[in-house]
Amino acid sequence: MLTFYSKQFSSRLLIGTALYPSPAIMQTAIRASGAQIVTVSLRREAAGGKSGDAFWSLIRELGVTVLPNTAGCRSVREAVTTAKLARELFGTSWIKLEVIADNDTLQPDVVGLVEAATILIKDGFEVFPYCTEDFSVATRLVDAGCKVVMPWAAPIGSARGIINRDALRLLRDRLPDITLVVDAGIGAPSHAAHALELGYDAVLLNTAVAKAKDPVAMAGAFRLGVEAGRVAFEAGLMDARDFASPSTPVVGTPFWHAVS
Amino acid sequence: MYQTRKPRGESSVTIIGAGIAGAWQALLFAQAGHDVTLHERGDASLTLSTSHWAGGMLAPWCETEVAEPVISRLGLRSLDLWRRELPDTAFNGSLVVAHARERADFERFAKMTLNHRRLDAADLAALEPSLEGRFREALFFADEGHVEPRRVLPKLHEKIIAAGGTIHFNSDVSASEVDGLVIDCRGLFARDAQPELRGVKGEMILIETGEVELRRPVRLIHPRWPLYVIPREKNLFMLGATSIETEDTGVSVRSALELLGAAYAVHPAFAEARILEFGSGLRPAFPDNLPRIAINGDSIAVNGLYRHGFLIAPALAELTLGFVARGQIDNEVMQCA
Repeated sequence: MLTFYSKQFSSRLLIGTALYPSPAIMQTAIRASGAQIVTVSLRREAAGGKSGDAFWSLIRELGVTVLPNTAGCRSVREAVTTAKLARELFGTSWIKLEVIADNDTLQPDVVGLVEAATILIKDGFEVFPYCTEDFSVATRLVDAGCKVVMPWAAPIGSARGIINRDALRLLRDRLPDITLVVDAGIGAPSHAAHALELGYDAVLLNTAVAKAKDPVAMAGAFRLGVEAGRVAFEAGLMDARDFASPSTPVVGTPFWHAVS
Repeated sequence: MYQTRKPRGESSVTIIGAGIAGAWQALLFAQAGHDVTLHERGDASLTLSTSHWAGGMLAPWCETEVAEPVISRLGLRSLDLWRRELPDTAFNGSLVVAHARERADFERFAKMTLNHRRLDAADLAALEPSLEGRFREALFFADEGHVEPRRVLPKLHEKIIAAGGTIHFNSDVSASEVDGLVIDCRGLFARDAQPELRGVKGEMILIETGEVELRRPVRLIHPRWPLYVIPREKNLFMLGATSIETEDTGVSVRSALELLGAAYAVHPAFAEARILEFGSGLRPAFPDNLPRIAINGDSIAVNGLYRHGFLIAPALAELTLGFVARGQIDNEVMQCA
């Protein structure tokens, strides 16, 4: 089982609620993904209270746990204020914390992130920080009290998959007791499988499913990718080897090397 | 797809809502010889109607990027009806361009849509001289059209009257007060009868400049919304529209920045344009974002046109008429109680 701040889940896929062709397709895709946690942006879409009520009630119908996020926040103060609004509107102390440094690359502002996480944790929040793969930043977040750390695979929406495998491995190795989620940059189910194979606890994605030609089918594909990656991790993957197998038989080598 | 029921053959028909959905229903029913009365709760300016804030794009192929096949089917049929009823409708195509950073999304758009031609910079300049040197390539949807909602709605209203129909503005009628066949086209205002309707906010800006000339709508690829710069008469351009899951009204600073930024990206001379109007409307949508003709005895509700009102309203009117006159049922769009 997967644990987020003492709550347990069986699905290792967290999914976003933005960018789908329609709310009905969003609902069907999320059901097909098997996800038990969905992220909701407070600033752009449905506020749980009054104005976005119709959209919000479609999310509530799914019966999943809601993880509000601070998407689009550019400063510590903005992120903290948004988190407090989200707590009021959605009735949860969970917050996916994003502090964005640069509008073009959507690179997390890791300095502001640590500062905002510290403030929010003191205020009783359970913080899911979106960060880079930098080990020192992850350590600071854990020191601040985060029990979950969410490094990117690649920049948001880039669909490039894991571009710094060794750094993500290091995080997994050094933070064995922290729930680690690969967040952002996942474009294909194989990318999600890769994250789980590295021992990551879960992946979080949105665009790769919502903008697929068939979001519902793609949600199912990601469900399988995540399951395959997790089972492979638990089964113990073989290590890569440095030698090649010769393509033509070499005189004098034993026969089991001559045939493939 | 089609089955038939016993024709109803009503002669008197009351239509509620004079926006694009109701106007087309009234027109086709009046032309078919029915005694049509159209009620609109607002005045003739139609500022209470979502249609007043619409872009008026007739773009069934561009819409296939996200919309389901039924939208293309209704859209294609509607293009014929627009041509038939308003022969001066502009059918000179639409263009899709992208900023260098949105390259991947541009290719995705090209892959997911049909009936377009790739233009290089020279082709584009030949088609739209103002865009010379602005973009390395573009997609040209040659068969698409556009209308100017604030001009075309009064024209439709005139045609309804010419066909023998009556229009009552400032007339807030409810379906229960009326005898005979009622076609409810009230959009989001019909939520009392159709509670699963929701509003999806769209924001628009109207600007004016003589420095840029465009003959056809230009769509700029944006990661979240289809943003268009649509030329209107008298040096006016409409920038629109956002699509936000909220029923708040008004235009946010962020949306204004994005809409104006889109215009500036299409042509820097838009920086000197005058801003005439900021506006927003709530598009009526069902959870699947698809339109519905709900039939219940003497009452028919046409709703959920979402962002496709001008594109599909004519075909929806034809389908409703087909049901009333000939008992035809279209299972993709109609719901019978």
